[in-house]
Order: sequence, then C-alpha cells, then structure tokens
Amino acid sequence: MTTLDVLFTAVGVIAAASAVLSVTTRHVVHAALWLVVTLGTLAGCYLVLGAELIALVQVLIYVGAVVVLVLFALMLTRAPVGPSAEHDTGPVQRVAAAVVAAGTTALLAGVLLAALGGRTVQIHGGSTTELATQLFGRWVWPFELLSVLLLVSLVAALAISRLRADPDSEVRS
Amino acid sequence: MSLLEVVVRSVVVLAAFLVLPLLVGQTEHKVMAHMQGRLGPMYAGGFHGWAQLVADGVKFAQKEDVTPREADRWVFRLAPAVSLVAYLVALSVLPLTSGVVGADVGAGVLFVLAAMAVGILGPLMAGWASANKYSLLGGMRAAAQLLSYELPMVLAAASVALAAGTLSLSGIVEQWHPLWLVWQLPGAVVFLVAAVAELQRVPFDMPMADSEIVFGPLTEYTGLRFAFFLLAEYAGIVVMSLLFTVLFLGGWQGPFAAALGWLWTLVKASAVAFVVIWFRVAWPRLREDQLQRLAWLVLVPLGLAQLAITGVWVVLTT
Repeated sequence: MTTLDVLFTAVGVIAAASAVLSVTTRHVVHAALWLVVTLGTLAGCYLVLGAELIALVQVLIYVGAVVVLVLFALMLTRAPVGPSAEHDTGPVQRVAAAVVAAGTTALLAGVLLAALGGRTVQIHGGSTTELATQLFGRWVWPFELLSVLLLVSLVAALAISRLRADPDSEVRS
Repeated sequence: MSLLEVVVRSVVVLAAFLVLPLLVGQTEHKVMAHMQGRLGPMYAGGFHGWAQLVADGVKFAQKEDVTPREADRWVFRLAPAVSLVAYLVALSVLPLTSGVVGADVGAGVLFVLAAMAVGILGPLMAGWASANKYSLLGGMRAAAQLLSYELPMVLAAASVALAAGTLSLSGIVEQWHPLWLVWQLPGAVVFLVAAVAELQRVPFDMPMADSEIVFGPLTEYTGLRFAFFLLAEYAGIVVMSLLFTVLFLGGWQGPFAAALGWLWTLVKASAVAFVVIWFRVAWPRLREDQLQRLAWLVLVPLGLAQLAITGVWVVLTT
C-alpha cells in the first residue's frame, strides 16, 4: 500500500462513519454538522484521487453554502438543544431504511467491483485547465442545460413564495 | 519537500498567524482612538501601550471558562476552533513574495475562499449551541449575511482569476498590471465591501450588534474561547487584506520587487487593513433589510457586470 492508499482509506472511513452518524443521531443540528464532516472528507477523497478543483468546489459549495443554508433553515424552525423525539421514526421504517441502504451499497459495490475492480487507471488531467477544456468543449450542452434547469427552479421558487405572500391572490396552497 | 521543510513552513505560518492579528488589533486601538480624539492604550508595556493586547490575552487566560448548563457542550466548545482554524488554513496559501508562501496550491483562490467558507460555520455553531435567544438571533443574522455576501465575493475573485487566466495566487500577481486598478475597480469595491461583511465588522455587524442583541453568537462565551473568536476576527482582517492585495493590488509588484517584494505586500495589506479599521469609525451599522438590499441589488449585479466586462476584454485581447 502506498501513502495515498492509506490516506484514501482513512478519509473514506471517516466519511462513511460520519455519514452513518449523520442519519442516526437524535440531535437535528448534529445531523447537519455530521454532514459537514461527511462532505468535507468526501472532498478529501477527491483530493487524494488528484481532483483538486472538484475537492475545493465541493467544500466551497456544499460546506460553505448548502450546509449553512440547512443550518439556517433549522434555526428558523424548532431545533432545540438536546435530542428531539418528535423527529424519531418507528422501528419498521428504521429496518426498512437499513435494508434499502445495505442493498444499495451491495449493488453499487458489486457493479463497480465487477466492472472496474483490479484495473489500474493512470490519471492524467484533473488539472483545472484540463477540466475546463472538457467541460466547456465536449460537455458544454449538458452543462448549459443544467444551468437552465437551475434557473427555472430558482424562478419557480420565487414565484411560489410571492404568490403565497399575496393575501389577495386567488392561488392559495 | 522534506519533513523538516514542512515543519519550518508550518511554524512560520503559525508565527505569522499569531503576530499579525495582534498588530492589526493594536493598530485598531490606536487608529480608532486618534480618529475619535482620544489617546488609546498608553500604559501597558511603556511605549504608547504597545503591550495592551498581550495584557488583554493574559487577562482572558485567567478568566473562568464557563459552558452554560443548557448549552450543547461539544458544539459550544468546538465553535471557536472552527472559526480560528479556517483563517489559519487560508493564511497558509497566501504568498508574501515571489516563491515565499506557506504552501503553493494550484487553485489558490478557490482554496482561500473554501477555507473561509468553512469558517462561517463557527458563528453559526456558537449561536445555536449557546441555547440563548440572543445568540440564536445573532447566529441567524450571521447565516443570512454570510450567505448573501459570499456570492459577490466569489464573483469578484472570479473576475480577477479570469483576467489573469489562472487560479493560482502567485500566477495572478505575476499577470497583474497597473491597468487592472482601473478596469477591475468595480470588482475591487465589491470584494472589499463583501470582505468587511464576511468579517461581520461595522458597518455590517448586525450579527453581534451589541446595543440590540448583547453580543450575538458570542454572548455566552468567556475567557480564552471568547478571545479565540476575537483573534479569529483580526486574523480574518489579515487574511482578507492579504487576499485583496494579492488579487487587486498586485501583491509584491512595485519598485525593486526582487528585493523588496515582501515589503510591498505587507505595506499594501496594511493599507487595506487600515481602510477596514477606518470603516468601523466612519459608518453606523446597517439595518438587516438595508444589508440584504445592498448585497442583492448592488453588489451582485456589480459583480456580474464586472465578470462580463472582464470576459469580453479577455476574449477580445487573446
């Protein structure tokens, strides 16, 4: 094993463990904070694999914006210090969730190992320039389509909130 | 890179991280005092109260470290560290002069922005974990403000990266030209305003408005943990000033840059830090709605316009 293997394993184990903690904790805000650890260590995985730009963007967008938004939303609602029982789920749902999660993991691991297991791939690229060339050359149409999709959802979100705020409007939810 | 080199680099960055914020803090004491017709600290250490902040540090260390009974212990205790370490990490990639940098990262601009994005979790964690309504209000204000101002800051930084054609901080300084002072000016203004807002300093100190919500997220903190938050604020000024210098003022570029590059960086960064302190004395606090209005209706459009101008310029000239 090389140093990179060790690093990748360590970061991956932390990512998986914090992900499990994030869904099993009884503290709502702790779940969001464990999510920070998961997303941060996932960025570490990218970094070990040589994708520096993806790792940094992961931290900037997911930790810096998405989780902060989640925390903000939690603070606006009731998020008391200490375990909150009202968000607990019943035993049936827990078992079902565990089974689905285990099934997905097994399926993904099986497919990926069967398809790519044991094959060593030489990484070239991963640099910012290489990525930009690919993204704005070969993949430019999917990229632009995604941006339109995001714009549509943004406008829709604004429209929904505006319609509900207007008391004279006939459109009510 | 050998182990010894890594250790030396880390120690130097840590030393800078511990010394520069104290210098900025002392400058703030004196500059604010003189702008308000006072003298400021005069006794500690003898010469014009130079040791005032050291004395403050000793005082903070002596105080009792209180964690409120209702607080979420771990999150409450971890919050100052999250704030502080983010700026330490950011400082480590900022270049002092050509080739002199803690760690040369390829995508340095993104690295600094990402590190500071993690740092904004600190006030949020503090605000929520204190189990105090003033803290929670402050935490919410901080979250809303930091989310709004991160966007214009990233836009302004992206404009500079586009103009230089690289994400590396050293690369940006090497590509810098005095003409940038003119055509990157809107971006520079946007960045400076957003930076002060990210630091939650006056006039953007709604999150810890002391006349309204005691001290916002820091209300329940005492002793060293409170001091760490204050240190994080001043370290933030250092990081933002250096980043502004590197992005918009050409870092170490200037006469005799080969020999005096480090001095140019420090002089320019000190000037920026002085302006940040000046803001605090010159302006009253913005109200929450004014604050959001400024971010979304002024800074974001300006940042987008700057990005468009830079894009057109780069396409036309290359």
